Amino acid sequence: MTVQTQKAGPAGAWWQHALVRLGVLPLLLAIAVIVFALLSPNFLTGQNLLNVARQSTFLAMVAMGQMLALLTGGFDLSVGKTLAITSVVGALVMAGAKSSFPDAVGVVIALGMIAGIGAGTLVGIVNGIGVALFDVSPFMMTLGTASISFGIALTLTSGVPVYGMPDAFGDTFGFGQLFSVPTPVYVTAILYVALYLVLSWTPMGRYLYAIGGNLKASVLSGINTRFHLFMAYVLCGLMAAIAGIILTARLETGEANIGASMPLDSIAACVIGGVSLRGGVGRLGSVVLGAIFIGLIQNGMDLARIASYLQEVVIGVLLILAVIADQVRYRLLLKLKD
Amino acid sequence: MLTRPPQENPAANSATGAPPLLRVERLSKHFPGVVALDAVDFDLAAGEVHVLFGENGAGKSTLIQTLAGVHRPTAGVIRFRGEAVELDSVHHARQLGISAVFQEFSLVPQLSVEENLFLGAEITFYGLLNKRELRRRAQEILDRLGFPLPPGKRVQYLSRAEQQMVEIAKAFRSEPAVLILDEPTASLTEQEAERLFALIDQIKRRGVGVVYISHRMNENRRIGDRITVLRDGRRIATLAMDAADDERLLQLMTGRVITQIFPRINYSPGALVLEIDGLTTADDLVRNVSLKVRAGEIVGLAGLVGCGKSEVGRACFGLESIAQGRIKFDGGDTTGDTPRQMLRRGLCYVPPDRREEGLIMVRSVRENVALPALGQPPLSRFGVLDRAAERKLVHSLTQRLNLQPQRIERDVQYFSGGNQQKVMLAKGLTRQIKLFIFDEPTVGVDVGTRVAIYEFIRDLCEGGAAILLISSDLPEILHLTNRTYVMYRGAVQGELGGVQITQDAVLGHFFEQGAAP
Repeated sequence: MTVQTQKAGPAGAWWQHALVRLGVLPLLLAIAVIVFALLSPNFLTGQNLLNVARQSTFLAMVAMGQMLALLTGGFDLSVGKTLAITSVVGALVMAGAKSSFPDAVGVVIALGMIAGIGAGTLVGIVNGIGVALFDVSPFMMTLGTASISFGIALTLTSGVPVYGMPDAFGDTFGFGQLFSVPTPVYVTAILYVALYLVLSWTPMGRYLYAIGGNLKASVLSGINTRFHLFMAYVLCGLMAAIAGIILTARLETGEANIGASMPLDSIAACVIGGVSLRGGVGRLGSVVLGAIFIGLIQNGMDLARIASYLQEVVIGVLLILAVIADQVRYRLLLKLKD
Repeated sequence: MLTRPPQENPAANSATGAPPLLRVERLSKHFPGVVALDAVDFDLAAGEVHVLFGENGAGKSTLIQTLAGVHRPTAGVIRFRGEAVELDSVHHARQLGISAVFQEFSLVPQLSVEENLFLGAEITFYGLLNKRELRRRAQEILDRLGFPLPPGKRVQYLSRAEQQMVEIAKAFRSEPAVLILDEPTASLTEQEAERLFALIDQIKRRGVGVVYISHRMNENRRIGDRITVLRDGRRIATLAMDAADDERLLQLMTGRVITQIFPRINYSPGALVLEIDGLTTADDLVRNVSLKVRAGEIVGLAGLVGCGKSEVGRACFGLESIAQGRIKFDGGDTTGDTPRQMLRRGLCYVPPDRREEGLIMVRSVRENVALPALGQPPLSRFGVLDRAAERKLVHSLTQRLNLQPQRIERDVQYFSGGNQQKVMLAKGLTRQIKLFIFDEPTVGVDVGTRVAIYEFIRDLCEGGAAILLISSDLPEILHLTNRTYVMYRGAVQGELGGVQITQDAVLGHFFEQGAAP
């Protein structure tokens, strides 16, 4: 068999222009949909696609937060353990409050959610203080807080799931539906709109891009870089915490062992969505698409009966391919000159 | 001393049988959005010093970087000893015998002098480093060059001049056939520079060809045999050094007569805006500097690279920590204030390095220009952006500065150097500014943009702003300022006003007192 290798024309083939303009995500999405539709007849049904949407929500929330850290040129490896500590603290407070005031279900749920989200956000605050005020590298800082949060979550629960939350919590936030769309999807949509407004319609959003694009130039432009760097990590923690509390509602227990794959998956969703690891570049919509893409892959592999251990391999391969494609795109960009 | 006659005609050369050491035919190099080199011809004979001359951005750096294997040419041929070569890397060029010393150092600060000298060419004994031999060879090179450097010292503890010596010594690791020197004397003292010239004479006699870049004419005359003038990426002329007088060269370099470049400025010095009193910075690069800037005047701050003039400007904007002295701006004491506070008070510092500190390359012109004014009306109210007002403001500013092309949504990185500079200037116009500090405002821009920038500065000055112009470009200081301070090694060496600002007077203060007449 002879393989004919054809070199791209000097002006750049059409696919090169398409790659530069759109990024790698549309291509990946198209391939995934075609492959899984061929592998499983159930894949392209309305019910299944709704499943994909619901399964992707948690990752989408975390990835949107992760994007903020990536925009500033850093990242947050503690998002997974933020989910864990949110879940454990939220569940413990809710269970405790329920035994004290069994009748005030609404108050019990509110107290638990505030405590849980507060605990998760606190991780973000500590990250922000370390990175923005003490110039600790995001790598070490968030790795450290991940270990701290996980340790606290395990200590609080002795590693055992926390039960005793009001049924209404899970029924409303985990399994609730409105017009047959699940609650977590609404939460994600609200967070998306809120974050879109911050990124595109406030000076703060602009500053996050600026800080990641060129920290020194941002200082010289009179931006309070430390404060905004701090806020990026706080908001990232907040997004992970919200994801954590909704996931707790879905599981109906407080778990210290959730979210282990979140750091990798959320960074993967961002990178596949075209967020630059160099900072300063990225679109919120593409990040959500990136998260949906990963959800789609997992769902498709489930339907195609691919073992979950093997799925980990596939996600890792996809992430590396996405980064390589990003590099190729960067080089093409230089070659094609605008 | 043997000097070859200048050879304009390649045919004459090949008739003698010996092809030139290095020959470049119609070399072009394109970068995204920029033609850095446009069909340039250049040749270098063995045993000659060929000076490259031109403004910043004329293509000198790109040419030598292409010769040294940093860039691959877009078109054209490089011939080395008559053979066409494709230089894949700096390493490859060096193996052929083409060594370059760039302005930007390529040293690893954490490694010692000897480790840096032999980086990538370590001497090993069955895979293990032969440290004794390394030390011996390093000492040998340093001795031959006459550089008093301890080979075991870490490069980060050396002064800039000493680092420059290490960089030069690196090129002499193996005897090069072609040596490329880019502003090698920028941070050397006169004695150190003299030793470098003697060295160049010495290797010339051994048949090494030298490509030399310097903006100092007396240096070029001292060692050059031929001179090639570049402008906007094109070769304008190649002359024998003795046939080229200063006025002719300046005209070839800029493409115009000097009076067309610098505008006439009406100064009207008014209220005192900036007063620096006995300033010493924590890193000791600035020592006991005092100066004053008034509204409606352009005050120059001149001196060699590394004399501390840039640090004075940075200290005013809150970018340097101050050990001693006071800075008073607009009536208040602002010593130690942050850039954010200074910008609010009405001081704008325009940094020299666009890529490093000035602009966010991956974002659009609109976002870059609006950045300093984003947090206040009219661009935002109660934390919400008014994007229509932003577009309008940026549009009017880029139109005023004649940005080419007028596409404010395009990433800054796709604009030419001159247009990037315009984006930086536009940033300064988004707020009410009383004092502009321009730090090397025309580095890497073409003549057209240079004229536009000078007119921009004139308009600001005549509009009543105070301007502190920090520049290593002597004509800029001579023709734009009405008062000038000259710095040498962190201290103000002299203050000149009006007609006193002449080339001789300014240059006289560039070096140690007493060295100049």
